Amino acid sequence: MTSHDNVLEEAALWLAEGRQVALATVIETWGSAPRPVGSQLAIRDDATFVGSVSGGCIEGDVVTRALETLDTGKTELLEYGVSDAMAWEVGLACGGRIRVMVEPVKG
Amino acid sequence: MDAALLNQLVRARAEKRPVALATRLMDGIQKLVYPSDKSEENWLIKAIHEVLSSDKGAVVSAPDGAEWFLNPFNPPLRLILVGAVHIAQPLAEIAALTGYDVTVVDPRTSFASADRFPGMTLVTDWPDEAMAALAPDARTAIVTLTHDPKLDDPALQAALGSPAFYVGALGSKKTHAARVARLTEAGFGESDIARIHGPVGLAIGAKSPAEIAISIMAEITETLRT
Repeated sequence: MTSHDNVLEEAALWLAEGRQVALATVIETWGSAPRPVGSQLAIRDDATFVGSVSGGCIEGDVVTRALETLDTGKTELLEYGVSDAMAWEVGLACGGRIRVMVEPVKG
Repeated sequence: MDAALLNQLVRARAEKRPVALATRLMDGIQKLVYPSDKSEENWLIKAIHEVLSSDKGAVVSAPDGAEWFLNPFNPPLRLILVGAVHIAQPLAEIAALTGYDVTVVDPRTSFASADRFPGMTLVTDWPDEAMAALAPDARTAIVTLTHDPKLDDPALQAALGSPAFYVGALGSKKTHAARVARLTEAGFGESDIARIHGPVGLAIGAKSPAEIAISIMAEITETLRT
């Protein structure tokens, strides 16, 4: 039985298979945040991902933004807050605010 | 992140070495910092020790005002199960799923067999020797499951002499009272003995081995996190 905490190991395996990989990491949280600081998501070039940075609320957007870093080669800092009335906007339903770092893994 | 740095971090995790990844937020510059690193600046080493001991990442300011994110990677928490009995089977699996490094100790090789515990680390030494070799630390939980004082008691005595964050002992209130009497006789004080969770596990009315395993894992988690 394996633990669900093998995000970096999975990222390293993908790289070894010749895939492109990006990482997303929760670096700060305020209020009620679904996942603690340090939580990570590894994203493969075909948008397959493992791990989590929220309870599923913002992963979709984080995956898109992380894939963009594969083209730009640049680390980016993202911030997500309460989604309130704008239901279609990406946000955290739980009312917290989090800061996420997305970065490409450079071979 | 450079692929080489990622591979280094994955290797440190495989070798169970505590390490932290430091990222300068303004430009994404990164390095791995080990707590024993002599060549690093003092403020960084101090901050690395803090994130590793709290096991919580943090954004900190360097003396030059730059923001750094420090992400600690501690070796997995450990769970030592004494007694390769029926309850130990689901408990070992649930603990592994929760991220624990599980070791099952039982000198009875008919119990501690790879067929019964596929993929788990098994130790068939006598519990006092096994515990001395395993050297439980503050990131270790210990649960005795044999009901047999010859096996449970030496393990519990070693557990109480260690900084283990959780010590649990399977057994009814009556069994536990007898155990407390034996440990008192052996010279353990009230505050030592009070560290033992017995009867073990949260009271959720568990009946089957898997349900009892859930109640024990829940209590270990509660002790760790609250």
